[in-house]
Amino acid sequence: MATNNSRALARAMLSPAVILLLIWMVVPLVMTIYFSFLDYNLFMPGEHDFIGLLNYEFFLTDPAFVDSFFNTIILVVGVLFITLVGGTGLAILLDQAIYGRNFVRIMVLAPFFVMPTVSALVWKNMFMNPVNGLFAYFATSLGFEPIDFLSQMPLTSIIIIVSWQWLPFASLILLTAIQSLDREQLEAAELDGAGKFSRFRFMVLPHLSRAMTAVVLIETIFLLSIFAEILVTTAGGPGNASTNISYLIYSQSLLEFDVGMGSAGGLVAVIIANIVAIFLMRMIGKNIEG
Amino acid sequence: MSIKNSNRSKLFYTGLAWLISTAIFFPILWTFLTSFKTEAEAISAPPSLFFFDWTLENYREVMERSPYFRHFWNSVVISVGSSLLGLLIAVPAAWSMAFNSTKRTKNILMWMLSTKMLPPVGVLIPIYLLFRDLGLLDSLTGLVVIMTLINLPIMTWMLYTYFKEIPGEILEASRMDGATIGEEILYVLAPIALPGIASTLLLNIILAWNEAFWTLILTAAKAAPLTAFIASYSSPEGLFYAKLSAASTLAIAPIIILGWFSQKQLVRGLSFGAVK
Repeated sequence: MATNNSRALARAMLSPAVILLLIWMVVPLVMTIYFSFLDYNLFMPGEHDFIGLLNYEFFLTDPAFVDSFFNTIILVVGVLFITLVGGTGLAILLDQAIYGRNFVRIMVLAPFFVMPTVSALVWKNMFMNPVNGLFAYFATSLGFEPIDFLSQMPLTSIIIIVSWQWLPFASLILLTAIQSLDREQLEAAELDGAGKFSRFRFMVLPHLSRAMTAVVLIETIFLLSIFAEILVTTAGGPGNASTNISYLIYSQSLLEFDVGMGSAGGLVAVIIANIVAIFLMRMIGKNIEG
Repeated sequence: MSIKNSNRSKLFYTGLAWLISTAIFFPILWTFLTSFKTEAEAISAPPSLFFFDWTLENYREVMERSPYFRHFWNSVVISVGSSLLGLLIAVPAAWSMAFNSTKRTKNILMWMLSTKMLPPVGVLIPIYLLFRDLGLLDSLTGLVVIMTLINLPIMTWMLYTYFKEIPGEILEASRMDGATIGEEILYVLAPIALPGIASTLLLNIILAWNEAFWTLILTAAKAAPLTAFIASYSSPEGLFYAKLSAASTLAIAPIIILGWFSQKQLVRGLSFGAVK
């Protein structure tokens, strides 16, 4: 009796969260699917004809989609690579006995708390601007032609900006993980003649795999839908050079008012995210137990 | 010999760490310093690091030209409001899963996490149209609701990992001693659970403060938080580096300070308890 009661109570406590998330997931998604079959432009009121899969055909065969698909992958993989490698290096460095470690850690962590619009605008104007930016100043004073980062290498520039935002996160997680490593084991291995490299390869790295999984998971969630950084720096350009899927769909639906096409694109984005998610969930299922 | 050696390596690593961390921190420092320069000094070559005439003019102008405090207040309402509302829903859910875990608990947790993977653009149009029809565009209420929903999975996960560490025997012991449910919650559970709840609150305020998809798309002027306010600086008119810096400093200072206090929680919360 008591257990039945408490079970009912437990269910009652859990259900608001589950129901809300279910609604949040299902209602808009069903609407997106519905719109994606319609010829629906906000500029053209009146009937929205059912046009079957035409929106999907237009979206998927649009060269802009192919560009933005690869841009999305390059962006995610590029940032993941930089932050994982850089983060591991930094974590090992900060794990050494150094003076003022807490202060150093605070400095390294700070970019994570900078809102995306601020970091993108600061980098765009004060560092990457070809006339007044700091990089241009250093280039000219060394006798080089200044680079116009955002028009000559827009995607790389965005990767740099986003990596700067996420490197602190990776470093902090990996540092915390390294600090939980058993020191005595490491010392024993050293006494047994294991070199620096093999200690890193066979002891530190395996120990970090769980933390790395967490970093990859969280970063991928956020990196797949990068938006603000592109909006305020390049607006996707020049051409489609720095358009990712999120930005493409935004511009089709809210700048060109094509609800049908935007919805079809949104659904494609959901499918891509799901494919990625399946991989990630497998990884996390192995590495993180509830 | 070996002490001397380890001293030398300590100095070496210290130097290297300070060099790299200063480089990483530099854009923030540079923004902060530029905010006290005149526009002419902000773009002068060679750039001056510390030796210029410090001025507060930019801050005065930023606040005069735009209702900075309104945007600040909007950010506060959205981030704090959504985090508190989220707690109200997430605490019971996490509690129930931590102390009455069933076979399905792990699946529910994984499913919650998977909702976080739904890309915002996938639901952009329905949300936009629903908001338009309900008159929620550019309203704080709408943003608080959205922000609560997108952070609910992380909140529940984070609270779950905290609650999971509370030994269930404490509850049994207090029940044996004849505590009512009310007493149990007030005197036994609340004091143990409070630090975890506070950490969750802090981390979610930070995440919501910096969220820059829905806040940019669903607001215009009235309900625009600081993220959108700063985005309005993306099309410059004339000299503006110093003013951009002043506005940026105002937007990020409060959250950087809060963030520094939340380092540990951040690790735990964002790694879903995998790293503590």
